[in-house]
Amino acid sequence: MEGLAMGNYGAYVWSCFGLTLVVVLFSDWRARLRQRRVYRDIEVRIKALEERQ
Amino acid sequence: MWKLFHQLASPPHFYRLAAVIAPWLAVPGILLIAYGVYAGLFLAPMDYQQGDAFRIIYVHVPSAYLSMMAYMIMAISGGIGLIWRIKLSHAVAAASAPLGAAFTFLALVTGSIWGRPMWGTWWEWGDPRLTSELILLFLYFGYMALRGAIDDTAKADKASAVLALVGVVNVVIVHFSVEWWSSLHQGATLMRKDGPAMDPGMLYPLLAMILGFTFLFGSLLLRRVRTEVLFRERRTRWVREMILSPEGS
Repeated sequence: MEGLAMGNYGAYVWSCFGLTLVVVLFSDWRARLRQRRVYRDIEVRIKALEERQ
Repeated sequence: MWKLFHQLASPPHFYRLAAVIAPWLAVPGILLIAYGVYAGLFLAPMDYQQGDAFRIIYVHVPSAYLSMMAYMIMAISGGIGLIWRIKLSHAVAAASAPLGAAFTFLALVTGSIWGRPMWGTWWEWGDPRLTSELILLFLYFGYMALRGAIDDTAKADKASAVLALVGVVNVVIVHFSVEWWSSLHQGATLMRKDGPAMDPGMLYPLLAMILGFTFLFGSLLLRRVRTEVLFRERRTRWVREMILSPEGS
């Protein structure tokens, strides 16, 4: 517990590490989401064109 | 050499190559960060002045460094796109902006959290390092807003590249602000003529974090550039063939 308290600076230290983790995970999630959306949109458009032909 | 360069800049070639490279950057990145977090939080000795609050540097310094590096990637890629009209370089610039903004935000917030116990304030408007870093965040927002406001991709590429190049002045100011003006922010600790002014027990986890963040940034950037390339090339034959092939992306 003493190690986690960080000499009374625990709230400052852990919030920085926690926020960093959240921002990095969010960036990763956003990148994946956009990749899936762009791919799906193109797939739908191309398949619709193929069916029309 | 030029042949290799042109081959790399070819969107279909880059799209496939980036898919292979991205995981190979992510894995060492995560391993280095795991070591850096553990060693930085639990093994590095406590600072004699700042106590355990100094451990915030293990996320603050890599974020601040990436905030500037992402901007330079954005500006240089935009410049290459303007001069040599390489489509891929505009895609790199566009993909770099949101990541740069995320790391600038992290650098500002973690710096502010560190400032509260050390300086007794969350923010100091008169400080050149803090203010120029905030301007950097606004430059990222401006860049993304400008891109979003112009429907024509080619025009958006040109306008945003000019903005990115002009904004390089601010990156230089961010970097040298602690040397040029009196600042609350401490001076350079790593990039000094007489070597880093840190105990090796503190230094190695920091170097691991900087390297790990760089690898992770590289992996995230490659994935974002792939998406940007796919979007820009959506009407081309190679994308159509890739989508219709049984293997997909």
